[in-house]
Amino acid sequence: MIRRVSEFAVGLIFGLGLIVSGMTDPSKVLGFFNVTGAWDPSLAFVMGGAVIIGFFAFRHARDMKASLFGRVIMLNDSKAIDLRLVAGSVIFGIGWGLSGFCPGPAIVSLGAGQSAALIFVVAMGLGVGLARFVLRKLAP
Amino acid sequence: MTLDWSHFTPLTALLGGALIGLAAAIFIVAHGRILGASGVFGGLIPPQPQDWLWRVLLLAGLLTAPLLLRVFDALPPVTISSSPVLLIVSGLLVGFGTTLGSGCTSGHGVCGIARLSPRSLLATVLFLGSAIGTATLATFLGWVG
Repeated sequence: MIRRVSEFAVGLIFGLGLIVSGMTDPSKVLGFFNVTGAWDPSLAFVMGGAVIIGFFAFRHARDMKASLFGRVIMLNDSKAIDLRLVAGSVIFGIGWGLSGFCPGPAIVSLGAGQSAALIFVVAMGLGVGLARFVLRKLAP
Repeated sequence: MTLDWSHFTPLTALLGGALIGLAAAIFIVAHGRILGASGVFGGLIPPQPQDWLWRVLLLAGLLTAPLLLRVFDALPPVTISSSPVLLIVSGLLVGFGTTLGSGCTSGHGVCGIARLSPRSLLATVLFLGSAIGTATLATFLGWVG
């Protein structure tokens, strides 16, 4: 039960962070991406703040035998740099640059009741399904 | 290039980033998992036995965050300039790309870089680069902004 509450809390803290940081405002995200006009570098600070805290947590987790709730620590140590990773990341970036929405902030904005986020999240679900279909066709 | 001082918010950006880092820290240390929004979401398409409840709870937390914040204060204003068609194309590409590339801003950009994964570092450079190029072009064409 505590584990279930904690799973919800992780989403809640993550969501609060996304709102406070400005990531849920697509115009702010696009203002970070658009380097031609007046540039707003704020979002670099979001990543910086998150990475610094994450760095110590992951370093600690690497030496743990199991998680605090006794689960296996899933640190996927795949080193493969392949076409899938490269193409997927480039395609994701194109999509992100067209709206300023990435998955986490879009889901939070859906919770805020934004119709634009609803359109985006439904399309994102279709995109996931399409990718799974293509991957199955390529490697059954 | 000039800096947009009127919109520059380094303190709330750092504070929000620290909260995102805290969520990722709790998730790896307590639950043993890497916090990635696209992975949590995509794993529900379709839902798998024994593997759906934590995803639904985490997403419920994300959905609840604005409702909780609204109890104490008005939510910060947001501006969405993309047309519905552009939102659909954007969502399709984000869903497709993050599934193919196994991660998004949180999974690769925060957790991956925090654990010094070369794979995630490359992914982050690539998606930030293509987002910068795309948004700059889309602004130039008048599609957004």
